[in-house]
Amino acid sequence: MTIGLGHYLTVAAIVFTIGIIGIFLNRKNVIIIMMSIELILLAVNINLVAFSHFLNDLVGQVYALVVLTVAAAEAAIGLAILVVYFRNRGSIAVEDINLMKG
Amino acid sequence: MIVPALFFYLFAGVCIASAVMVVASRNPVHSVLYLILAFVNAAGLFVMLGAEFLAMILIVVYVGAVAVLFLFVVMMLDVDFAELQQGALQYLPFGVIVGGIFLVELLLVVGTWALGPDASQAIASPIPPLANVTNTEALGRVLYTRYVYFFQASGMVLLVAMVGAIVLTLRHKPKVKRQNVADQIARTKATAIEIVKVRSGQGLS
Amino acid sequence: MYQAIVFLPLLGSILAALISLAGAHARHPGGSPAAAHDHAAASAQDRLASPQGGPQPHSQIQLGVTFAQLITTGLLFIAMILSWIGLAAVGFGHDERVSLTTWFASGDLQVAWALRVDTLTAVMLVVVTTISAFVHLYSIGYMEEDPHQPRFFSYLSLFTFAMLMLVTADNLVQLFFGWEGVGLMSYLLIGFWYHKPEANAAAIKAFIVNRVGDFGFSLGIFAVFVMTGSVAFDTVFAQAPALTGKTIHFLAWDADALTVICLLLFMGAMGKSAQFLLHTWLPDAMEGPTPVSALIHAATMVTAGVFMVARLSPLFELAPSAQTFVTFIGATTALFAATVGLVQNDIKRIVAYSTCSQLGYMFVAMGVGAYSVGMFHLFTHAFFKALLFLGSGSVITAMHHEQDIRHMGGLKDRIPFTYAVMVIGTLALTGFPLTAGYYSKDAIIEAAYAGMNPMAIYALLCTIGAAALTAFYSWRLIFKTFHGTPHDRHHFEAARESPIVMLVPLAVLAAGSLLAGYPFKELFAGHGVGEFFRQSLRFAPGNHVLDDMEQVPYLIGVLPTLMMALGFAVAWQFYIRRPALPVELARQHNTLYKFLLNKWYFDELYDVFLVRPAIWLGRLLWKGGDGWLIDGFGPDGVSARVLDVTRNVVRLQTGYLYHYAFAMLIGVAALITWFMLAGGMH
Repeated sequence: MTIGLGHYLTVAAIVFTIGIIGIFLNRKNVIIIMMSIELILLAVNINLVAFSHFLNDLVGQVYALVVLTVAAAEAAIGLAILVVYFRNRGSIAVEDINLMKG
Repeated sequence: MIVPALFFYLFAGVCIASAVMVVASRNPVHSVLYLILAFVNAAGLFVMLGAEFLAMILIVVYVGAVAVLFLFVVMMLDVDFAELQQGALQYLPFGVIVGGIFLVELLLVVGTWALGPDASQAIASPIPPLANVTNTEALGRVLYTRYVYFFQASGMVLLVAMVGAIVLTLRHKPKVKRQNVADQIARTKATAIEIVKVRSGQGLS
Repeated sequence: MYQAIVFLPLLGSILAALISLAGAHARHPGGSPAAAHDHAAASAQDRLASPQGGPQPHSQIQLGVTFAQLITTGLLFIAMILSWIGLAAVGFGHDERVSLTTWFASGDLQVAWALRVDTLTAVMLVVVTTISAFVHLYSIGYMEEDPHQPRFFSYLSLFTFAMLMLVTADNLVQLFFGWEGVGLMSYLLIGFWYHKPEANAAAIKAFIVNRVGDFGFSLGIFAVFVMTGSVAFDTVFAQAPALTGKTIHFLAWDADALTVICLLLFMGAMGKSAQFLLHTWLPDAMEGPTPVSALIHAATMVTAGVFMVARLSPLFELAPSAQTFVTFIGATTALFAATVGLVQNDIKRIVAYSTCSQLGYMFVAMGVGAYSVGMFHLFTHAFFKALLFLGSGSVITAMHHEQDIRHMGGLKDRIPFTYAVMVIGTLALTGFPLTAGYYSKDAIIEAAYAGMNPMAIYALLCTIGAAALTAFYSWRLIFKTFHGTPHDRHHFEAARESPIVMLVPLAVLAAGSLLAGYPFKELFAGHGVGEFFRQSLRFAPGNHVLDDMEQVPYLIGVLPTLMMALGFAVAWQFYIRRPALPVELARQHNTLYKFLLNKWYFDELYDVFLVRPAIWLGRLLWKGGDGWLIDGFGPDGVSARVLDVTRNVVRLQTGYLYHYAFAMLIGVAALITWFMLAGGMH
């Protein structure tokens, strides 16, 4: 059967959902959260490229490129923050990170 | 016709499975590796969509830089095997429900969307036929002309990220000797030299 | 001239009030007396340090006091003289009407300030100003040691002004202004010694019981306005005959309009004149100084009710049911008050119950249609009742503020002048032949006999019984106070006759008690009524009580005198011949004695059925209505709910990143769902 736009969008949706579930379901450590964010961004990229192909428009790919850039930058900064936090607190267990408690 | 479909299902299935394993794995190193697998399969999907430049960039940047960075940090922080703690089970049903709602909505959108009749007129940059230019050249034609602003801006973003990462994590070890050039140049006679009268046979004490 | 009569007392009151304020300021220059207590030590130092500044304020105060006394008394005497001239001018001349200004004109309701001076008014003017002038004079002596005299005189004059406004009113609203004014002044004067808690309580009780009556009065005024469209007397009286037979839809049934109006207006009279059921305030009002009791609770304020019924005689003549009710209440009061007065031990309370009883007599006369006879008794009663009160005041002063007659005795040689005037007053009260009281009281009893009222026979029996009781308790008072052996040697030794400034009013009032009867008999209760009163009292065509009075049997004519002699004889037996007899009698019939001593337990009855439920309701509305309902659902409730909500909202900020991410996710999901459902999908 012909793989249509819907198939690609479905895949993206599923990966997106998995990423979201990963954010709040994990209790292990914060790095899993960051990886889930990467999954979300990946799903968005799949979406963009799929539309770009089926609408015959190059803008989607340009957009995906920019998203890629930003994702890399964000991962770098996030990990840097994590490293510094670990240096100061000694733990990255999610349950111990509650300094923002109001 | 069947081969593309087969490849599609292969790539899609592995991608989804490895995404699940990223979240569910107990060993964080395994999680990173599964992440890499997910990226590679996504790259495969990109190739099937005719965006080979983006697919390769995905491998180079995402896998080669970002995922490796993750691995470095995981190993540096020496995160141990994590036990599935009590709290997760308590939230699992609720989280799955909300996630499920999300998924259902997304699929509803997918299933019921209809492309507007004049969408073809709204195309910003039509893809030139593959016989004429490669995907890379096509991207290049647009990126440095029409979208040069975004190009420069993403460059600035990367610059800021680099500076930020260094600023956040840089620390000076106290016992390491290092040069401070400004101090060296700003030396004066008063701070550099000290004249001591030494008696013969005594030495400097 | 009539403006002068009405407004001179007001002027005096204002001047005395200013003096009082200036005096208060001089005593407490810092401001409030409470502050002065803190400065007491400091000011004592100052006074020692500066002899110059010490006595000066005091003598200034004394000068102010004297000035206040003289001004108010002087102005009242001028008013009195003018009012006697006025009585002659109006009674034998013609009516006057002095229009002052408009009060307010609101839609259909037009109310003006105007002085209506007809014979009825002129009689009242004489009564009010005469008694008031002599009470002012008397108070100069009685209140000598009181530190707040300017305030007292100011209040007395202001009261007089209010009463004068009441009697010269040309419309119901102006009358109500005077009505409320005297009620207010009564409150202020009863509670004059406001540091005494009993005085405060008595003042409030008087005001509240009056209020109950005033409520009925106001409803009556409203009813008059609704039925006739005006409150001015001329208009209302002109339209009154047209109202017979009309009905007012009152609550759930149709009642005869005129009867309803008259009953409501009479409710006000019941309160103001301390008639049966609304009488409880009068004995307690004796907490005020004796001049106050003489002026307000003997001669003027309590007679306002009688005056009002007389003034509205055109209305009452057209409402026979209301008249019956008036007679019934008056007769019951006369008998009831006399029974209670038999056993009281406070000298002022005996006289107070006597007043209550005599007011009942006046209403009996009003009820049977003999309005002028009632006014006659009002006129004479003012003299001898004020005399009795002021005489009691003289006794109290002599006994150095002792008021219980059980502690008195044998005073007739120590204070002979007071004894003489008290005996004259008692003779007049009990109706000894040829005194003023004889003519007026007998006239009432004859009128009761001749009346065609369904309640007339009941009234006749009550008044005759009350006459005997009146004689008994009046002579009981005289015997126990002035005769016999003194019960308190110390006070007895110290008893002296009062100063001349107190004796002059007593003498004048005694003269009035003897002389105010015979000369006025024809004008009030005889053949001269028509020419004297003319239009001020309306007699219905079927009302010939005044004529029938002439034809009563001889027995009815002498019966009151017989009753008086009987009462005198019993009192003589009890208190002169065999003083142990009443004590023995009281012990044997203890329940009856207690019943009478406790005023038929009316105060206790009202407390249980009215006061306690009112307090309960007030507390319910306060704690429940205001506290729980309004505050709870209003400010307090809102603030408490805000606190609750914020306390729960704070729990959302756990500090855990994934909780925040979860919240974001839920928000996004909700937003998308809403967009999908509301935005419309195709």
